[in-house]
Amino acid sequence: MESVLGRYRNLIILVGVLFLQVLGLATQVKRGGGNDPENTRLIRIWAVGAITPFERALVWGQNGAANLWHNYFYLRGVRAENRQLKDQIEQMRLEQVRLSEDAAQARRLQTLVAFKEQFISRTVAAQVIGSSGSDLSRTIYIDKGENAGIKRDMAVMTADGIVGKVLVVYPSVSQVLLISDQSSGVGALLEKTRLQGVLRGTANGEVVLERVMSDEQVPVGETVLTSGGDQIFPKGLPVGTVSKVGAGKDLFLNIKITPAANLSKLEEVLVLVEKQERQAIAEEGVHVRAADILAQRLPSVPDKPATDAKSTQGATAGATTGVPKPAAPNAAVKPAGAAGTAPSQTPKSPSSPSNASTVPAAGPSGKATDRTSTPQKNAAAAVNGQQSDTSQTPPAKATPKPAEPTAPPANSPPPATESSPQ
Amino acid sequence: MPITYTSGEQVEVYRFSIPVTIGVPLLALFVQAFLPLRFPRFAVYIDLPLLVTIFFAMARRSPVAGLFTGAVIGLAQDMLGHNPIGIYGIAKTVVGYGASSLGVKLDVENAGARFLVTLGFYLVHSAVYFTVARGLVNMTQTWSWSRGILAGLANATLGTVLFFLLDKFKQRT
Repeated sequence: MESVLGRYRNLIILVGVLFLQVLGLATQVKRGGGNDPENTRLIRIWAVGAITPFERALVWGQNGAANLWHNYFYLRGVRAENRQLKDQIEQMRLEQVRLSEDAAQARRLQTLVAFKEQFISRTVAAQVIGSSGSDLSRTIYIDKGENAGIKRDMAVMTADGIVGKVLVVYPSVSQVLLISDQSSGVGALLEKTRLQGVLRGTANGEVVLERVMSDEQVPVGETVLTSGGDQIFPKGLPVGTVSKVGAGKDLFLNIKITPAANLSKLEEVLVLVEKQERQAIAEEGVHVRAADILAQRLPSVPDKPATDAKSTQGATAGATTGVPKPAAPNAAVKPAGAAGTAPSQTPKSPSSPSNASTVPAAGPSGKATDRTSTPQKNAAAAVNGQQSDTSQTPPAKATPKPAEPTAPPANSPPPATESSPQ
Repeated sequence: MPITYTSGEQVEVYRFSIPVTIGVPLLALFVQAFLPLRFPRFAVYIDLPLLVTIFFAMARRSPVAGLFTGAVIGLAQDMLGHNPIGIYGIAKTVVGYGASSLGVKLDVENAGARFLVTLGFYLVHSAVYFTVARGLVNMTQTWSWSRGILAGLANATLGTVLFFLLDKFKQRT
Protein backbone atom coordinates (compact mmCIF):
# COMPACT_ATOMS: atom_id res chain seq x y z
CA MET A 1 0.00 0.00 0.00
CA GLU A 2 2.82 2.35 0.93
CA SER A 3 4.64 1.63 -2.29
CA VAL A 4 1.52 2.46 -4.30
CA LEU A 5 1.09 5.76 -2.47
CA GLY A 6 4.75 6.55 -2.95
CA ARG A 7 4.70 5.72 -6.63
CA TYR A 8 1.61 7.77 -7.39
CA ARG A 9 2.24 10.47 -4.81
CA ASN A 10 2.43 13.31 -7.33
CA LEU A 11 -0.67 12.17 -9.14
CA ILE A 12 -2.61 11.80 -5.91
CA ILE A 13 -1.63 15.31 -4.83
CA LEU A 14 -2.67 16.64 -8.25
CA VAL A 15 -6.06 14.97 -8.00
CA GLY A 16 -6.47 16.23 -4.44
CA VAL A 17 -5.66 19.84 -5.37
CA LEU A 18 -7.95 19.70 -8.39
CA PHE A 19 -10.73 18.16 -6.33
CA LEU A 20 -10.50 20.94 -3.75
CA GLN A 21 -10.73 23.59 -6.42
CA VAL A 22 -13.68 21.90 -8.10
CA LEU A 23 -15.37 21.71 -4.71
CA GLY A 24 -14.75 25.42 -4.19
CA LEU A 25 -16.15 26.19 -7.63
CA ALA A 26 -19.25 24.11 -6.98
CA THR A 27 -19.85 25.93 -3.71
CA GLN A 28 -19.61 29.33 -5.39
CA VAL A 29 -21.91 28.29 -8.22
CA LYS A 30 -24.45 26.93 -5.76
CA ARG A 31 -24.39 30.05 -3.61
CA GLY A 32 -24.64 32.82 -6.10
CA GLY A 33 -24.98 31.38 -9.57
CA GLY A 34 -21.24 31.69 -10.02
CA ASN A 35 -21.21 35.30 -11.08
CA ASP A 36 -21.56 37.04 -7.75
CA PRO A 37 -18.08 37.95 -6.58
CA GLU A 38 -19.55 39.38 -3.40
CA ASN A 39 -19.68 35.81 -2.00
CA THR A 40 -15.91 35.54 -2.18
CA ARG A 41 -15.14 39.13 -1.25
CA LEU A 42 -12.89 38.22 1.67
CA ILE A 43 -10.69 36.05 -0.51
CA ARG A 44 -10.56 38.48 -3.42
CA ILE A 45 -9.56 41.39 -1.25
CA TRP A 46 -6.10 39.82 -0.77
CA ALA A 47 -5.28 39.85 -4.45
CA VAL A 48 -6.84 43.26 -4.95
CA GLY A 49 -4.97 44.63 -1.96
CA ALA A 50 -1.68 43.27 -3.28
CA ILE A 51 -2.03 44.55 -6.84
CA THR A 52 -4.00 47.80 -6.78
CA PRO A 53 -1.57 49.93 -4.70
CA PHE A 54 1.06 49.47 -7.40
CA GLU A 55 -1.44 50.23 -10.12
CA ARG A 56 -2.60 53.34 -8.32
CA ALA A 57 0.99 54.52 -7.89
CA LEU A 58 1.81 53.87 -11.53
CA VAL A 59 -1.28 55.69 -12.79
CA TRP A 60 -0.54 58.59 -10.48
CA GLY A 61 3.03 58.84 -11.74
CA GLN A 62 1.94 58.49 -15.33
CA ASN A 63 -0.65 61.24 -14.99
CA GLY A 64 1.80 63.51 -13.22
CA ALA A 65 4.33 63.14 -16.01
CA ALA A 66 1.65 63.64 -18.66
CA ASN A 67 0.31 66.75 -16.95
CA LEU A 68 3.78 68.20 -16.61
CA TRP A 69 4.38 67.70 -20.29
CA HIS A 70 1.02 68.96 -21.52
CA ASN A 71 0.62 71.87 -19.11
CA TYR A 72 4.12 73.27 -19.07
CA PHE A 73 6.05 72.15 -22.11
CA TYR A 74 3.83 71.07 -24.94
CA LEU A 75 1.61 74.13 -25.51
CA ARG A 76 1.72 74.19 -29.29
CA GLY A 77 -1.59 75.06 -30.88
CA VAL A 78 -3.20 76.17 -27.64
CA ARG A 79 -4.14 79.60 -29.01
CA ALA A 80 -5.78 78.15 -32.07
CA GLU A 81 -7.58 75.62 -29.93
CA ASN A 82 -8.71 78.37 -27.58
CA ARG A 83 -10.18 80.32 -30.49
CA GLN A 84 -11.90 77.25 -31.79
CA LEU A 85 -13.35 76.48 -28.37
CA LYS A 86 -14.66 80.04 -28.02
CA ASP A 87 -16.44 79.72 -31.34
CA GLN A 88 -17.83 76.42 -30.17
CA ILE A 89 -19.11 78.02 -26.97
CA GLU A 90 -20.95 80.66 -28.98
CA GLN A 91 -22.57 78.00 -31.09
CA MET A 92 -23.54 76.03 -28.02
CA ARG A 93 -25.05 79.08 -26.36
CA LEU A 94 -27.31 79.55 -29.31
CA GLU A 95 -28.20 75.89 -29.18
CA GLN A 96 -28.87 76.23 -25.48
CA VAL A 97 -31.50 78.88 -26.12
CA ARG A 98 -33.41 76.51 -28.32
CA LEU A 99 -33.01 73.54 -26.01
CA SER A 100 -34.06 75.44 -22.90
CA GLU A 101 -37.31 76.33 -24.58
CA ASP A 102 -37.88 72.74 -25.56
CA ALA A 103 -37.03 71.60 -22.04
CA ALA A 104 -39.42 74.10 -20.50
CA GLN A 105 -42.15 72.89 -22.76
CA ALA A 106 -41.38 69.27 -21.94
CA ARG A 107 -41.53 70.05 -18.23
CA ARG A 108 -44.92 71.65 -18.65
CA LEU A 109 -46.22 68.62 -20.46
CA GLN A 110 -44.68 66.27 -17.90
CA THR A 111 -46.42 68.18 -15.14
CA LEU A 112 -49.71 67.60 -16.85
CA VAL A 113 -49.32 63.85 -16.72
CA ALA A 114 -47.62 63.78 -13.29
CA PHE A 115 -44.58 62.22 -14.89
CA LYS A 116 -41.80 61.14 -12.55
CA GLU A 117 -38.27 61.10 -13.80
CA GLN A 118 -34.89 60.14 -12.43
CA PHE A 119 -32.32 62.90 -12.29
CA ILE A 120 -28.60 62.55 -11.76
CA SER A 121 -27.93 64.57 -8.66
CA ARG A 122 -24.37 63.64 -7.71
CA THR A 123 -21.47 61.87 -9.37
CA VAL A 124 -17.98 60.99 -8.21
CA ALA A 125 -15.09 61.12 -10.66
CA ALA A 126 -12.72 58.18 -10.49
CA GLN A 127 -9.54 57.11 -12.20
CA VAL A 128 -9.30 53.71 -13.87
CA ILE A 129 -6.27 51.98 -12.37
CA GLY A 130 -6.48 48.40 -13.55
CA SER A 131 -8.37 45.58 -15.17
CA SER A 132 -8.97 41.91 -14.51
CA GLY A 133 -6.28 41.09 -17.04
CA SER A 134 -8.50 38.52 -18.73
CA ASP A 135 -10.67 38.83 -21.80
CA LEU A 136 -13.13 36.46 -20.15
CA SER A 137 -13.80 38.83 -17.29
CA ARG A 138 -14.34 42.33 -18.61
CA THR A 139 -13.97 44.34 -15.45
CA ILE A 140 -11.95 47.37 -14.47
CA TYR A 141 -10.78 48.76 -11.15
CA ILE A 142 -11.32 52.38 -10.16
CA ASP A 143 -9.53 54.28 -7.43
CA LYS A 144 -12.64 55.10 -5.40
CA GLY A 145 -14.41 52.79 -3.00
CA GLU A 146 -16.52 52.73 0.13
CA ASN A 147 -14.64 55.70 1.54
CA ALA A 148 -15.88 57.84 -1.35
CA GLY A 149 -19.49 56.76 -0.87
CA ILE A 150 -19.55 54.21 -3.66
CA LYS A 151 -21.91 51.29 -3.30
CA ARG A 152 -22.71 48.19 -5.25
CA ASP A 153 -24.81 48.46 -8.43
CA MET A 154 -24.12 52.14 -8.95
CA ALA A 155 -23.98 53.25 -12.58
CA VAL A 156 -20.60 54.12 -14.09
CA MET A 157 -20.31 56.31 -17.16
CA THR A 158 -18.21 58.80 -19.07
CA ALA A 159 -19.27 61.97 -20.83
CA ASP A 160 -19.71 59.89 -23.99
CA GLY A 161 -21.92 57.17 -22.60
CA ILE A 162 -22.43 54.43 -20.07
CA VAL A 163 -19.57 52.15 -19.06
CA GLY A 164 -20.96 49.63 -16.61
CA LYS A 165 -21.96 49.14 -13.00
CA VAL A 166 -20.12 48.76 -9.72
CA LEU A 167 -19.76 45.08 -8.91
CA VAL A 168 -17.64 44.84 -5.78
CA VAL A 169 -16.70 47.67 -3.44
CA TYR A 170 -13.55 47.63 -1.34
CA PRO A 171 -12.50 50.41 1.05
CA SER A 172 -10.53 52.42 -1.49
CA VAL A 173 -11.06 50.53 -4.74
CA SER A 174 -14.09 49.29 -6.65
CA GLN A 175 -14.53 46.72 -9.36
CA VAL A 176 -16.71 47.76 -12.28
CA LEU A 177 -18.41 45.30 -14.61
CA LEU A 178 -18.29 46.64 -18.17
CA ILE A 179 -21.33 46.50 -20.42
CA SER A 180 -19.29 44.36 -22.82
CA ASP A 181 -19.03 41.51 -20.31
CA GLN A 182 -21.28 38.58 -21.08
CA SER A 183 -22.81 38.59 -17.61
CA SER A 184 -23.92 42.22 -17.82
CA GLY A 185 -27.39 43.38 -18.81
CA VAL A 186 -28.72 46.89 -19.36
CA GLY A 187 -32.21 48.03 -20.30
CA ALA A 188 -31.95 49.97 -23.54
CA LEU A 189 -34.14 51.56 -26.19
CA LEU A 190 -33.63 52.86 -29.68
CA GLU A 191 -33.88 56.63 -29.86
CA LYS A 192 -36.13 57.07 -32.89
CA THR A 193 -38.09 53.85 -33.14
CA ARG A 194 -38.44 53.62 -29.32
CA LEU A 195 -38.00 49.86 -29.46
CA GLN A 196 -36.85 48.40 -26.17
CA GLY A 197 -34.37 45.61 -25.63
CA VAL A 198 -31.70 44.26 -23.35
CA LEU A 199 -28.08 45.19 -23.89
CA ARG A 200 -25.65 42.33 -23.33
CA GLY A 201 -21.99 41.60 -23.84
CA THR A 202 -20.73 38.58 -25.72
CA ALA A 203 -17.83 36.22 -25.14
CA ASN A 204 -15.89 38.16 -27.80
CA GLY A 205 -16.38 41.45 -26.01
CA GLU A 206 -18.99 42.79 -28.41
CA VAL A 207 -22.16 44.52 -27.26
CA VAL A 208 -25.49 43.36 -28.65
CA LEU A 209 -29.08 44.45 -28.20
CA GLU A 210 -31.33 41.47 -27.56
CA ARG A 211 -35.08 40.94 -27.40
CA VAL A 212 -36.03 43.07 -30.38
CA MET A 213 -38.48 41.22 -32.59
CA SER A 214 -37.31 40.30 -36.06
CA ASP A 215 -40.26 41.98 -37.78
CA GLU A 216 -39.11 45.41 -36.56
CA GLN A 217 -37.09 47.76 -38.72
CA VAL A 218 -33.88 48.88 -37.04
CA PRO A 219 -31.71 51.19 -39.13
CA VAL A 220 -27.94 51.03 -38.87
CA GLY A 221 -26.57 54.12 -37.20
CA GLU A 222 -29.52 54.67 -34.87
CA THR A 223 -28.66 55.85 -31.40
CA VAL A 224 -29.28 53.57 -28.43
CA LEU A 225 -30.17 55.04 -25.04
CA THR A 226 -30.74 53.59 -21.61
CA SER A 227 -34.38 52.83 -20.90
CA GLY A 228 -34.17 53.05 -17.13
CA GLY A 229 -35.83 49.67 -16.77
CA ASP A 230 -32.88 48.12 -14.98
CA GLN A 231 -33.16 50.57 -12.06
CA ILE A 232 -29.42 51.22 -12.32
CA PHE A 233 -29.03 53.63 -15.21
CA PRO A 234 -31.36 56.64 -15.44
CA LYS A 235 -33.35 56.86 -18.62
CA GLY A 236 -31.87 58.60 -21.64
CA LEU A 237 -28.14 58.13 -21.17
CA PRO A 238 -26.29 57.41 -24.41
CA VAL A 239 -25.28 53.80 -24.87
CA GLY A 240 -24.01 53.65 -28.45
CA THR A 241 -25.09 53.30 -32.04
CA VAL A 242 -26.38 50.37 -34.05
CA SER A 243 -23.53 49.06 -36.18
CA LYS A 244 -25.01 45.88 -37.65
CA VAL A 245 -28.42 44.27 -37.80
CA GLY A 246 -28.93 40.61 -38.62
CA ALA A 247 -31.24 37.71 -37.99
CA GLY A 248 -30.88 36.22 -34.55
CA LYS A 249 -32.31 33.29 -32.65
CA ASP A 250 -35.95 32.68 -31.80
CA LEU A 251 -37.61 35.43 -33.83
CA PHE A 252 -35.33 38.10 -32.43
CA LEU A 253 -32.92 40.37 -34.23
CA ASN A 254 -29.21 40.26 -33.62
CA ILE A 255 -28.27 43.93 -33.26
CA LYS A 256 -24.64 44.82 -32.74
CA ILE A 257 -23.93 48.04 -30.93
CA THR A 258 -20.84 50.21 -31.01
CA PRO A 259 -20.59 51.61 -27.48
CA ALA A 260 -20.53 55.40 -27.21
CA ALA A 261 -17.83 55.23 -24.55
CA ASN A 262 -14.52 53.76 -25.63
CA LEU A 263 -14.50 50.77 -23.30
CA SER A 264 -11.06 49.61 -24.30
CA LYS A 265 -9.35 52.88 -23.38
CA LEU A 266 -10.98 54.18 -20.26
CA GLU A 267 -9.05 56.59 -18.10
CA GLU A 268 -11.56 58.54 -16.04
CA VAL A 269 -15.14 57.62 -15.27
CA LEU A 270 -18.05 59.06 -13.33
CA VAL A 271 -19.85 57.00 -10.73
CA LEU A 272 -23.46 57.97 -10.24
CA VAL A 273 -23.68 57.99 -6.45
CA GLU A 274 -26.99 59.78 -6.07
CA LYS A 275 -30.04 60.01 -8.25
CA GLN A 276 -33.38 61.54 -7.45
CA GLU A 277 -36.77 60.56 -8.64
CA ARG A 278 -38.94 63.62 -8.76
CA GLN A 279 -41.81 65.03 -10.66
CA ALA A 280 -41.06 67.66 -13.23
CA ILE A 281 -41.96 71.17 -12.09
CA ALA A 282 -43.02 73.66 -14.69
CA GLU A 283 -42.09 77.31 -14.33
CA GLU A 284 -44.76 79.13 -12.42
CA GLY A 285 -46.81 81.69 -14.22
CA VAL A 286 -46.16 80.33 -17.65
CA HIS A 287 -49.36 79.01 -19.14
CA VAL A 288 -49.07 78.59 -22.83
CA ARG A 289 -51.97 77.26 -24.77
CA ALA A 290 -51.55 74.44 -27.21
CA ALA A 291 -52.45 76.83 -30.01
CA ASP A 292 -49.67 79.15 -28.90
CA ILE A 293 -47.19 76.31 -28.83
CA LEU A 294 -48.27 75.29 -32.28
CA ALA A 295 -48.01 78.85 -33.49
CA GLN A 296 -44.45 79.02 -32.23
CA ARG A 297 -43.59 76.25 -34.60
CA LEU A 298 -45.01 78.08 -37.60
CA PRO A 299 -42.82 80.41 -39.66
CA SER A 300 -43.31 84.06 -38.86
CA VAL A 301 -43.96 86.86 -41.32
CA PRO A 302 -41.24 89.51 -41.44
CA ASP A 303 -41.93 92.97 -40.05
CA LYS A 304 -42.92 95.81 -42.28
CA PRO A 305 -40.56 98.75 -42.64
CA ALA A 306 -40.92 101.65 -40.25
CA THR A 307 -42.83 103.75 -42.74
CA ASP A 308 -45.57 101.15 -42.81
CA ALA A 309 -45.72 101.20 -39.08
CA LYS A 310 -46.03 104.97 -39.07
CA SER A 311 -48.85 104.86 -41.57
CA THR A 312 -50.85 102.67 -39.29
CA GLN A 313 -50.50 104.96 -36.31
CA GLY A 314 -53.71 105.87 -34.71
CA ALA A 315 -55.47 102.76 -35.71
CA THR A 316 -56.99 100.66 -33.01
CA ALA A 317 -54.24 98.56 -31.55
CA GLY A 318 -52.17 99.90 -34.32
CA ALA A 319 -49.23 97.78 -33.59
CA THR A 320 -51.33 94.69 -33.55
CA THR A 321 -52.56 95.36 -37.03
CA GLY A 322 -49.70 97.44 -38.35
CA VAL A 323 -47.01 94.96 -37.57
CA PRO A 324 -47.65 91.85 -39.54
CA LYS A 325 -45.50 89.71 -37.34
CA PRO A 326 -47.41 87.65 -34.79
CA ALA A 327 -47.38 89.43 -31.51
CA ALA A 328 -45.99 88.16 -28.27
CA PRO A 329 -48.90 87.46 -25.98
CA ASN A 330 -47.39 89.18 -23.00
CA ALA A 331 -46.79 92.35 -24.93
CA ALA A 332 -50.22 92.40 -26.47
CA VAL A 333 -52.04 92.70 -23.16
CA LYS A 334 -49.82 95.29 -21.60
CA PRO A 335 -51.32 98.70 -21.14
CA ALA A 336 -49.54 101.60 -22.72
CA GLY A 337 -47.99 102.72 -19.50
CA ALA A 338 -46.76 99.32 -18.62
CA ALA A 339 -45.38 98.80 -22.06
CA GLY A 340 -43.63 102.08 -21.86
CA THR A 341 -41.75 100.98 -18.80
CA ALA A 342 -40.57 97.81 -20.35
CA PRO A 343 -37.41 99.23 -21.88
CA SER A 344 -36.24 100.43 -18.54
CA GLN A 345 -36.73 96.98 -17.07
CA THR A 346 -34.42 95.47 -19.60
CA PRO A 347 -31.59 97.87 -20.13
CA LYS A 348 -30.67 98.20 -23.73
CA SER A 349 -27.23 98.24 -25.06
CA PRO A 350 -26.60 100.77 -27.79
CA SER A 351 -24.53 98.27 -29.63
CA SER A 352 -27.29 95.73 -29.71
CA PRO A 353 -28.69 95.56 -33.21
CA SER A 354 -32.00 94.28 -31.99
CA ASN A 355 -32.57 97.19 -29.69
CA ALA A 356 -31.40 99.73 -32.22
CA SER A 357 -33.69 98.33 -34.82
CA THR A 358 -36.78 98.36 -32.67
CA VAL A 359 -36.76 102.09 -32.02
CA PRO A 360 -38.22 103.13 -35.38
CA ALA A 361 -41.07 100.70 -35.06
CA ALA A 362 -42.27 102.23 -31.83
CA GLY A 363 -45.69 103.70 -31.91
CA PRO A 364 -46.87 106.52 -29.71
CA SER A 365 -47.96 104.19 -27.02
CA GLY A 366 -44.77 102.23 -27.14
CA LYS A 367 -46.56 99.00 -27.83
CA ALA A 368 -44.84 98.34 -31.09
CA THR A 369 -41.47 98.80 -29.53
CA ASP A 370 -42.26 96.41 -26.80
CA ARG A 371 -43.72 93.83 -29.06
CA THR A 372 -40.95 93.75 -31.57
CA SER A 373 -38.11 93.99 -29.14
CA THR A 374 -39.18 91.42 -26.60
CA PRO A 375 -38.24 88.25 -28.44
CA GLN A 376 -34.88 89.59 -29.39
CA LYS A 377 -34.15 90.78 -25.91
CA ASN A 378 -35.10 87.39 -24.60
CA ALA A 379 -32.86 85.64 -27.02
CA ALA A 380 -30.00 88.01 -26.34
CA ALA A 381 -30.50 87.68 -22.62
CA ALA A 382 -30.55 83.94 -22.88
CA VAL A 383 -27.42 83.95 -24.99
CA ASN A 384 -25.73 86.05 -22.35
CA GLY A 385 -26.84 83.69 -19.67
CA GLN A 386 -29.49 86.01 -18.22
CA GLN A 387 -33.01 85.07 -17.42
CA SER A 388 -35.59 86.62 -19.60
CA ASP A 389 -37.94 88.89 -17.71
CA THR A 390 -40.79 87.97 -20.01
CA SER A 391 -40.66 84.38 -18.96
CA GLN A 392 -42.36 85.41 -15.74
CA THR A 393 -45.07 87.33 -17.52
CA PRO A 394 -48.37 85.60 -18.04
CA PRO A 395 -49.36 85.23 -21.65
CA ALA A 396 -52.11 87.17 -23.30
CA LYS A 397 -55.66 86.14 -22.80
CA ALA A 398 -57.24 88.60 -25.15
CA THR A 399 -55.13 88.37 -28.22
CA PRO A 400 -56.36 85.92 -30.78
CA LYS A 401 -53.07 86.06 -32.61
CA PRO A 402 -50.52 83.31 -32.38
CA ALA A 403 -47.80 83.94 -29.90
CA GLU A 404 -44.32 84.86 -30.83
CA PRO A 405 -41.72 82.58 -29.34
CA THR A 406 -39.93 84.16 -26.42
CA ALA A 407 -36.74 82.57 -27.59
CA PRO A 408 -36.61 81.71 -31.27
CA PRO A 409 -34.75 78.66 -32.45
CA ALA A 410 -31.08 79.31 -32.80
CA ASN A 411 -30.98 78.23 -36.37
CA SER A 412 -34.00 80.24 -37.42
CA PRO A 413 -33.47 83.53 -39.26
CA PRO A 414 -33.41 86.62 -37.04
CA PRO A 415 -36.57 88.71 -36.83
CA ALA A 416 -36.98 91.12 -39.65
CA THR A 417 -36.90 94.24 -37.51
CA GLU A 418 -33.30 94.91 -38.48
CA SER A 419 -34.39 96.47 -41.77
CA SER A 420 -35.99 99.57 -40.32
CA PRO A 421 -33.48 102.40 -40.18
CA GLN A 422 -34.60 105.79 -39.02
CA MET B 1 16.56 31.91 2.92
CA PRO B 2 16.20 30.37 -0.52
CA ILE B 3 13.50 27.85 -1.24
CA THR B 4 14.77 24.68 -2.84
CA TYR B 5 12.93 21.99 -4.66
CA THR B 6 14.56 18.72 -5.64
CA SER B 7 13.43 15.64 -7.44
CA GLY B 8 14.74 12.14 -7.37
CA GLU B 9 15.92 12.35 -10.97
CA GLN B 10 19.50 13.07 -11.91
CA VAL B 11 18.69 16.31 -13.66
CA GLU B 12 19.67 19.85 -12.96
CA VAL B 13 17.28 21.37 -10.48
CA TYR B 14 17.13 25.08 -9.85
CA ARG B 15 15.98 27.10 -6.93
CA PHE B 16 14.85 30.69 -6.59
CA SER B 17 15.18 33.23 -3.82
CA ILE B 18 12.07 34.24 -1.89
CA PRO B 19 11.84 37.71 -3.47
CA VAL B 20 11.92 36.15 -6.93
CA THR B 21 9.49 33.39 -5.95
CA ILE B 22 6.95 35.93 -4.72
CA GLY B 23 7.88 39.00 -6.73
CA VAL B 24 7.93 37.59 -10.25
CA PRO B 25 4.40 36.09 -10.14
CA LEU B 26 3.11 39.27 -8.48
CA LEU B 27 4.77 41.40 -11.15
CA ALA B 28 3.27 39.19 -13.85
CA LEU B 29 -0.19 39.62 -12.35
CA PHE B 30 0.32 43.34 -12.05
CA VAL B 31 1.45 43.77 -15.65
CA GLN B 32 -1.35 41.52 -16.85
CA ALA B 33 -3.90 43.69 -15.05
CA PHE B 34 -2.38 47.02 -15.99
CA LEU B 35 -1.29 46.74 -19.61
CA PRO B 36 -4.77 46.09 -21.07
CA LEU B 37 -5.69 49.63 -20.05
CA ARG B 38 -3.15 50.95 -22.54
CA PHE B 39 -3.06 48.03 -24.99
CA PRO B 40 -6.54 46.50 -25.09
CA ARG B 41 -5.48 43.49 -27.18
CA PHE B 42 -2.88 42.46 -24.61
CA ALA B 43 -5.36 40.57 -22.44
CA VAL B 44 -6.76 38.76 -25.46
CA TYR B 45 -3.48 37.27 -26.64
CA ILE B 46 -1.01 37.28 -23.76
CA ASP B 47 -1.19 35.39 -20.47
CA LEU B 48 1.87 36.40 -18.46
CA PRO B 49 0.92 34.43 -15.32
CA LEU B 50 0.80 31.30 -17.47
CA LEU B 51 4.29 31.97 -18.82
CA VAL B 52 5.60 32.44 -15.29
CA THR B 53 3.91 29.20 -14.19
CA ILE B 54 5.53 27.27 -17.05
CA PHE B 55 8.94 28.77 -16.32
CA PHE B 56 8.97 28.00 -12.61
CA ALA B 57 7.53 24.54 -13.13
CA MET B 58 10.12 23.59 -15.74
CA ALA B 59 13.00 25.03 -13.77
CA ARG B 60 12.11 23.34 -10.51
CA ARG B 61 11.38 20.02 -12.17
CA SER B 62 9.16 18.92 -9.32
CA PRO B 63 5.57 18.05 -10.21
CA VAL B 64 4.29 18.84 -6.72
CA ALA B 65 6.04 22.22 -6.65
CA GLY B 66 4.84 22.87 -10.19
CA LEU B 67 1.21 22.12 -9.47
CA PHE B 68 1.21 24.24 -6.33
CA THR B 69 2.89 27.11 -8.17
CA GLY B 70 0.24 26.89 -10.88
CA ALA B 71 -2.58 26.64 -8.36
CA VAL B 72 -1.47 29.70 -6.39
CA ILE B 73 -0.85 31.87 -9.47
CA GLY B 74 -4.10 30.74 -11.08
CA LEU B 75 -6.18 31.37 -7.99
CA ALA B 76 -4.65 34.84 -7.62
CA GLN B 77 -5.55 35.53 -11.25
CA ASP B 78 -9.10 34.38 -10.57
CA MET B 79 -9.37 36.77 -7.66
CA LEU B 80 -8.74 39.79 -9.89
CA GLY B 81 -11.66 38.95 -12.16
CA HIS B 82 -15.32 38.51 -11.35
CA ASN B 83 -15.78 34.92 -12.46
CA PRO B 84 -15.84 32.14 -9.84
CA ILE B 85 -12.50 31.50 -8.18
CA GLY B 86 -10.90 28.29 -9.38
CA ILE B 87 -11.22 28.31 -13.16
CA TYR B 88 -7.74 29.68 -13.81
CA GLY B 89 -6.61 27.81 -10.71
CA ILE B 90 -7.54 24.41 -12.14
CA ALA B 91 -6.14 25.22 -15.58
CA LYS B 92 -2.79 26.41 -14.23
CA THR B 93 -2.55 23.54 -11.76
CA VAL B 94 -2.72 21.13 -14.68
CA VAL B 95 -0.19 23.17 -16.66
CA GLY B 96 2.18 23.44 -13.69
CA TYR B 97 2.07 19.70 -13.13
CA GLY B 98 2.53 18.94 -16.81
CA ALA B 99 5.35 21.41 -17.35
CA SER B 100 7.35 20.16 -14.40
CA SER B 101 6.78 16.53 -15.37
CA LEU B 102 7.96 17.32 -18.87
CA GLY B 103 10.94 19.26 -17.52
CA VAL B 104 12.10 16.13 -15.73
CA LYS B 105 12.23 14.14 -18.96
CA LEU B 106 13.18 16.66 -21.62
CA ASP B 107 15.86 19.25 -22.08
CA VAL B 108 13.90 22.45 -22.03
CA GLU B 109 16.82 24.81 -21.92
CA ASN B 110 17.03 25.67 -25.60
CA ALA B 111 14.84 28.20 -27.35
CA GLY B 112 13.18 25.80 -29.80
CA ALA B 113 12.04 23.41 -27.08
CA ARG B 114 10.78 26.28 -24.96
CA PHE B 115 8.82 27.71 -27.87
CA LEU B 116 7.08 24.41 -28.59
CA VAL B 117 6.45 23.61 -24.93
CA THR B 118 4.92 27.03 -24.32
CA LEU B 119 2.74 26.78 -27.42
CA GLY B 120 1.54 23.32 -26.38
CA PHE B 121 0.82 24.29 -22.80
CA TYR B 122 -1.04 27.42 -23.88
CA LEU B 123 -3.41 25.22 -25.86
CA VAL B 124 -3.73 22.79 -22.93
CA HIS B 125 -4.49 25.73 -20.63
CA SER B 126 -7.13 27.09 -23.01
CA ALA B 127 -8.73 23.68 -23.38
CA VAL B 128 -8.92 23.09 -19.62
CA TYR B 129 -10.25 26.61 -19.02
CA PHE B 130 -12.86 26.18 -21.75
CA THR B 131 -13.98 22.82 -20.36
CA VAL B 132 -14.23 24.00 -16.77
CA ALA B 133 -15.91 27.31 -17.63
CA ARG B 134 -18.44 25.68 -19.87
CA GLY B 135 -18.95 22.39 -18.10
CA LEU B 136 -18.79 23.35 -14.45
CA VAL B 137 -19.72 27.03 -14.33
CA ASN B 138 -22.02 27.12 -17.36
CA MET B 139 -20.34 30.17 -18.84
CA THR B 140 -20.96 30.97 -22.48
CA GLN B 141 -17.73 30.17 -24.27
CA THR B 142 -16.81 29.85 -27.90
CA TRP B 143 -13.78 27.88 -29.00
CA SER B 144 -11.76 29.31 -31.84
CA TRP B 145 -8.80 27.40 -33.21
CA SER B 146 -7.47 30.37 -35.13
CA ARG B 147 -7.52 32.62 -32.13
CA GLY B 148 -6.08 29.88 -29.91
CA ILE B 149 -3.15 29.20 -32.23
CA LEU B 150 -2.50 32.89 -32.81
CA ALA B 151 -2.47 33.57 -29.09
CA GLY B 152 -0.38 30.44 -28.53
CA LEU B 153 2.24 31.66 -31.00
CA ALA B 154 2.27 35.11 -29.38
CA ASN B 155 2.71 33.60 -25.93
CA ALA B 156 5.39 31.18 -27.15
CA THR B 157 7.37 34.00 -28.73
CA LEU B 158 7.13 36.20 -25.67
CA GLY B 159 7.78 33.24 -23.39
CA THR B 160 11.00 32.31 -25.18
CA VAL B 161 12.35 35.81 -24.62
CA LEU B 162 11.01 36.05 -21.08
CA PHE B 163 12.48 32.70 -20.03
CA PHE B 164 15.97 33.83 -21.02
CA LEU B 165 15.51 36.93 -18.87
CA LEU B 166 14.22 34.90 -15.94
CA ASP B 167 17.13 32.47 -16.30
CA LYS B 168 19.23 35.18 -14.61
CA PHE B 169 17.40 34.49 -11.36
CA LYS B 170 18.10 30.77 -11.36
CA GLN B 171 20.31 29.40 -8.64
CA ARG B 172 21.87 25.97 -8.89
CA THR B 173 21.16 23.62 -6.02
